[in-house]
Amino acid sequence: MSVLGLVFSNPELYGSTLAMATPLALGALGGTFSERTGVVNIAMEGIMLVGAFFGVMAAASSHSAWVGLLAGVVAGGLISLALAWPAVRLQSDQVILGMAINLFAAGLTAFLLNTVYGFGGTPISTPQLPQLTIPILNNIPFLGAVLGQQNVVVYLMILLVIIGHFFLFHTNLGLRMRAVGEHPEAADTVGINVVRIRYFGVLIGGMMSGLAGVYLSIGMLNSFEVNMTDGRGYIALAAMIFGKWTPFGSLGAALLFGFATAVSFSLQNYGVSANLIGILPYALTIVALTGVIGRSKAPAADGLPYEPSK
Amino acid sequence: MAILEIRNLRKVFGSVIANDEVNLSLEAGETHAILGENGAGKSTLIKMISGLYKPDAGQILLNGVEQHFANPRDAILAGIGVVHQHFMLIPALSVAENVVLGSEGSRFLFRKKDAIEKVLRISKELGLPLDPAIKVQDLPVGMQQRVEIVKALYRNARILILDEPTAVLTPQETEELFAVVRRLNQDQIPVIFISHKLDEVREIADRITVMRAGKSVNTMPVADATAKELAQLMVGREVVLETIKTPAQTGNVVLSVEGLSVRDDRKMTRVKNVSFDVRTGEIFGIAGVDGNGQTELVEAIVGLRKLEGGKILFLDKDITAESVSGRIHRGIGYVPQDRQRDGLVLPFTVADNLILRSVGNQPFSKSGWLQKKSTRASAEKLIKEFDIRPPLADAQAVSLSGGNQQKVILAREMSREPQLLIAVQPTRGLDVGAIEGIHRHLLSLCEQGKAVLLVSLELEEIMQLSDRIGVMHAGELVTVMDAKKATRETLGLAMTGERVEEGVAP
Repeated sequence: MSVLGLVFSNPELYGSTLAMATPLALGALGGTFSERTGVVNIAMEGIMLVGAFFGVMAAASSHSAWVGLLAGVVAGGLISLALAWPAVRLQSDQVILGMAINLFAAGLTAFLLNTVYGFGGTPISTPQLPQLTIPILNNIPFLGAVLGQQNVVVYLMILLVIIGHFFLFHTNLGLRMRAVGEHPEAADTVGINVVRIRYFGVLIGGMMSGLAGVYLSIGMLNSFEVNMTDGRGYIALAAMIFGKWTPFGSLGAALLFGFATAVSFSLQNYGVSANLIGILPYALTIVALTGVIGRSKAPAADGLPYEPSK
Repeated sequence: MAILEIRNLRKVFGSVIANDEVNLSLEAGETHAILGENGAGKSTLIKMISGLYKPDAGQILLNGVEQHFANPRDAILAGIGVVHQHFMLIPALSVAENVVLGSEGSRFLFRKKDAIEKVLRISKELGLPLDPAIKVQDLPVGMQQRVEIVKALYRNARILILDEPTAVLTPQETEELFAVVRRLNQDQIPVIFISHKLDEVREIADRITVMRAGKSVNTMPVADATAKELAQLMVGREVVLETIKTPAQTGNVVLSVEGLSVRDDRKMTRVKNVSFDVRTGEIFGIAGVDGNGQTELVEAIVGLRKLEGGKILFLDKDITAESVSGRIHRGIGYVPQDRQRDGLVLPFTVADNLILRSVGNQPFSKSGWLQKKSTRASAEKLIKEFDIRPPLADAQAVSLSGGNQQKVILAREMSREPQLLIAVQPTRGLDVGAIEGIHRHLLSLCEQGKAVLLVSLELEEIMQLSDRIGVMHAGELVTVMDAKKATRETLGLAMTGERVEEGVAP
């Protein structure tokens, strides 16, 4: 069998695709929630970093990975309010705000890492979120190797994508969120509180990005490193756009980008340049953004501040 | 007792008094028109009644009980339904979703089927057929208005307010709307009908309240009001309602369009095989409901849009491949539809706006340097000639009223002495006085032997000014007729796509 045949028929490739896709899908889902209400969110990178750091910190000090997960999600939500407040209340430029949060989060987490833990880094005794083994599924050939044994956050992600889709498209609140993102004035005239809906969208989005960060620090590893998100927040942004601002679309795009990363890892063992393959996800992102593969359309009022009536 | 009563309502924005001493009473089952020019305070009044603005003084009473609306939701709950001039609909959502939005009637889950059933029931009761599952963006404007009316009634509106409802409708759609209004009146639902069109107000209203400069000037039964009297009350002085038009002395062909086809930004063909000529000394009017290809046609002629097919000849030269600036220099003037977006650079001064087209030429620039003196001198001359107010060359364009902004654009285009002036909706949103002025300028161009291509959604305007009238429907030029033989009915029929023989009544 050829080298490529070996690589692509190995179920582990698809298992690691799913693992790689998880932070991207969570970030993209978070972005979807924010942007569907009309607040442009490019701050996923920064929010993930904050979630990752506080996840480790809480897990290490409480000796419980679950407390770490909760702390990371809460921290992600809190930092996203730094986007929501000026964006919703002060009608500030949302792209600049997002960039500011990314820079701030990179500096903050690096500073805290040094101040709290010194040069030794986060404690090696930090607990990790468990791998789950799904009983029957695990024994099915091929599929078992892909889906049967993954980190708990991977399953959580799949669940959140399904719930997210149901929520956005089959509940009253979801309908109102989409309405606010398309035409806030129209929503206002039928008595929908635009400010409250936008806060809600950004907050939920921030919590999901926080969870993405938690997965990076205490799901895949049990430590925090400076700038460990390594651009995943921006890839998540691309996945959100590529996925046309829908939960399932975001998951699909995240899987595609995750697959590219997983392939680049596998091919390294066969002497293909890691650097060359490393650019694959980014190249795919550019292709996605140029709109070659189906043009995706943002919510009509995405990024437009709205001043409620007086 | 009056259903709705407004007593001495007042609203101030900074130093501008938008509403003052506004009084109004609405009886059960009547249609009450509020007539006034743009800026007379009609919109401010509506926004207070619908809970979008809070009044600074005065009272709003419903069935004798004073109301204090904190937000639109309060007004909706009190039974006030508003159809805004710019529809408050979400294009990407379905009709049913738009109707029930905000009052879905279920606790948590959105039930699509229920919503569709409710919309069908209301539209059947009203005799307004609607497809609840279709997306609003796929509906024509007249249908979108139906959605707005159904939306208000779904919220149990006891009073319906229609803000400039006929601005976007064909005459036939207007008749359908009037039928709905009469049916609502029969069901004891009173309607407030806001408009600046005298004729239709006299047709549909029982009583009329005229507003001027933020105040309610007078309320009278429609039978007592003549058009001349109403116009005088609106403007505060005597106005000439009919522009006197002398028959055109037409000459050579200035613009010739042959088999023109144009696509829009979404690659849809919006202009299909359109051919016509415009001659010196005439105004060629293009009528049609908004969105039937007029915008794309004009953009193609001035060079802003590529052609899918066809040819454009200007003074016998093929200009199909010419650039925008090339066409301007050959002698085409252009007054765009959106004066604030495309016509002016709003933060610039009036003087700078007046030389936008000629900024690289003598005497406004010498070897690349701007000549402030000659710019100013020319600006002051044009300000006088076109009566632009305030008469300040240094005033920012944004600080001018709509009418004066339009005068600046007209002055700029006419000062270049074009052989052909293309004017799209030149009087949109202007008051009666300003319209009169713009019309006079257009007519004077013809008298000088220039040609004018006038695109307007206002049938009255087209009929008053044009020598020949072309009607566009779904991208086709359905008919071209002599203005003298055109009637509202024949034009209206053509606007719906029916091909009418010239001069033959339907």
